[in-house]
Amino acid sequence: MTVTTDSVRSALEQAPALDRVESHLHPAGSFEVSDHEVPTGREEIWRFTPLKRLKGLHADAPLDGRNTKATWNAPEGVSVGVVTGDEARALRGVSGWAPNTRFTARVLAEVPATLLVDVPADVEASEPIVVEVDGTDADVTSGAHVVLRFGTHSKAVVVLNHTGSAAVAAVVEVVVADGAEASVVSIQDWADDAVHLSHHQARVGRDATYKHAAISFGGDLVRMDANVTYDGPGGSAELLGLYFADAGQHIEHRIFADHTAPRTKSHAVYKGALQGEKAHTVWVGNVLIRKVAEGIETYEENRNLVLTDGCHADSIPNLEIETGEIVGAGHASATARFDDNQLFYLQSRGVSEKEAQRLVVHGFFNDLIRKVGVPSIEERLLATVEAELAKNVLKELF
Amino acid sequence: MSKLVITDLHVTVDTEDGPKEILKGVTLTINEGETHAIMGPNGSGKSTLAYSIAGHPKYTITGGSVTLDGQDVLSLSVDERARAGLFLAMQYPVEVPGVSVSNFLRTAKTAIDGEAPKLRTWVKDVNAALEQLNLDPSFGTRSVNEGFSGGEKKRHEIAQLELLDPQVAVLDETDSGLDIDALKVVSEGVNRFRAREGKGVLLITHYTRILRYIEPDFVHVFVDGKVAESGGKELADELEASGYDKYLTKANA
Repeated sequence: MTVTTDSVRSALEQAPALDRVESHLHPAGSFEVSDHEVPTGREEIWRFTPLKRLKGLHADAPLDGRNTKATWNAPEGVSVGVVTGDEARALRGVSGWAPNTRFTARVLAEVPATLLVDVPADVEASEPIVVEVDGTDADVTSGAHVVLRFGTHSKAVVVLNHTGSAAVAAVVEVVVADGAEASVVSIQDWADDAVHLSHHQARVGRDATYKHAAISFGGDLVRMDANVTYDGPGGSAELLGLYFADAGQHIEHRIFADHTAPRTKSHAVYKGALQGEKAHTVWVGNVLIRKVAEGIETYEENRNLVLTDGCHADSIPNLEIETGEIVGAGHASATARFDDNQLFYLQSRGVSEKEAQRLVVHGFFNDLIRKVGVPSIEERLLATVEAELAKNVLKELF
Repeated sequence: MSKLVITDLHVTVDTEDGPKEILKGVTLTINEGETHAIMGPNGSGKSTLAYSIAGHPKYTITGGSVTLDGQDVLSLSVDERARAGLFLAMQYPVEVPGVSVSNFLRTAKTAIDGEAPKLRTWVKDVNAALEQLNLDPSFGTRSVNEGFSGGEKKRHEIAQLELLDPQVAVLDETDSGLDIDALKVVSEGVNRFRAREGKGVLLITHYTRILRYIEPDFVHVFVDGKVAESGGKELADELEASGYDKYLTKANA
């Protein structure tokens, strides 16, 4: 992507306290769509994504189509609704971020409405706020802007649940105010023909806690960038991911923990399973420890379990360190098939190969599922893992 | 009833230099109710014998036979062997992250019996088995072998032995790495199993120590992939006094 001098300047104005760091992890942003060229696929941030299958969402596909229906609940004290006009415009970039891709710039510029979940200061939501997004047509393209605002010392769980058929470019901006405890769970349980290109951008306040869980099972192509910056010292982010790619599916998750404040934490765990011809997953874990970010702690981990032949998993952790005055920084990445010794151990106790594989896959995901911390979601995830296994691995063994 | 018959068993493993023969004609019969100790120096093939009987894919059987009550064991898959009544307590039990001990035990018991155990008695049985091996009931919620101490892993193996109730148990160096208290607890577990009707035990060990607590009916000295000498439990005393040297010299000559 080419970045003009003007857009660099505007980015600097956005964040005057931060030094500009030259690297591909954080190209300067701009709200001007014309500052962002249409990606060709050769760019570092696009090189894994099959652009042809994006239905033009990365380029100039219309973003005003009607292809989803959204419904939600709003526990007491929480307001959820669609805002438009000046109110919607005021929310563009509310996470303190300027778009770094064409599709995010287009969503902010062109989509007239914003779905706003507003948890006021000191409110503790009595139940998860669940936004159901149900797609109706994968041949129609649309854009969506969502803002999740967690007030000072508030506490809430927001679940974005995507089902059905649609082609959607989405920007989700999350503002976690000082001392708040926010959980965001985004489930991509789309139908086989859906395309979902999304960017989740969170700003985590002083001493605030942010948990983000990205769960991707369905869709022809799902790509999500889940980014975090910090507004003050003491903020903590836990970035979780669980994905299961079937034959032909492309599931791509990228995270970026940008340690923009001292004594902040980021901890990322993404786990995926792949099965079937041309199942492709991508995980890119970017962490930047800026000069100002002394005393921070970061760890990122990606594990992939390859269940059948013909799958492909890419896993790339990137860590850029501008200061050595930190508590800890680490990363781990592993992609493997079933462990023969685990299967042998289980089978030597009479458990069939099929059942042993089932146990190992459940075990692989169990710890992560527990970390999501939302009981209703946990049950559903266990069931979904079971259903995914039934599709391929278990069937093949009969 | 249970009778394990091993006849002229030859086994190889694949190495970088091609297949290497580890077992060179093992013949051994374990009648019901008998406990046989196999003793031998490191590298003699003791563990290979254990894993070959259980069916580990790493080992290739090149000759001979293994039968359990006349049934050809070698033609069975690993899980079929377990369901036929074989059990292997491993020297290095494998960690299975995310799978709880209680889920694992219930799944295994269901597989072995062909039906799910009755819930009420099963929970009681599991708790009793764990308690007898000095394992806390909270053990059930931990992931299989993950983060277990060496002693906990071995005691967990013996708890499985008691719960799954096989016909013939192969214990591969179950005594290694145990302190004397843990050794006693494990031995008591094995002895409880032996006290049941018609159970066979093949106890593989490097040391004579465990034989003070588990008294074998027969002792076999295992050297260079086969049985070099067989006798009663007095053979173990002899080994304790003079070690394996005379067998090694013979094997190398």
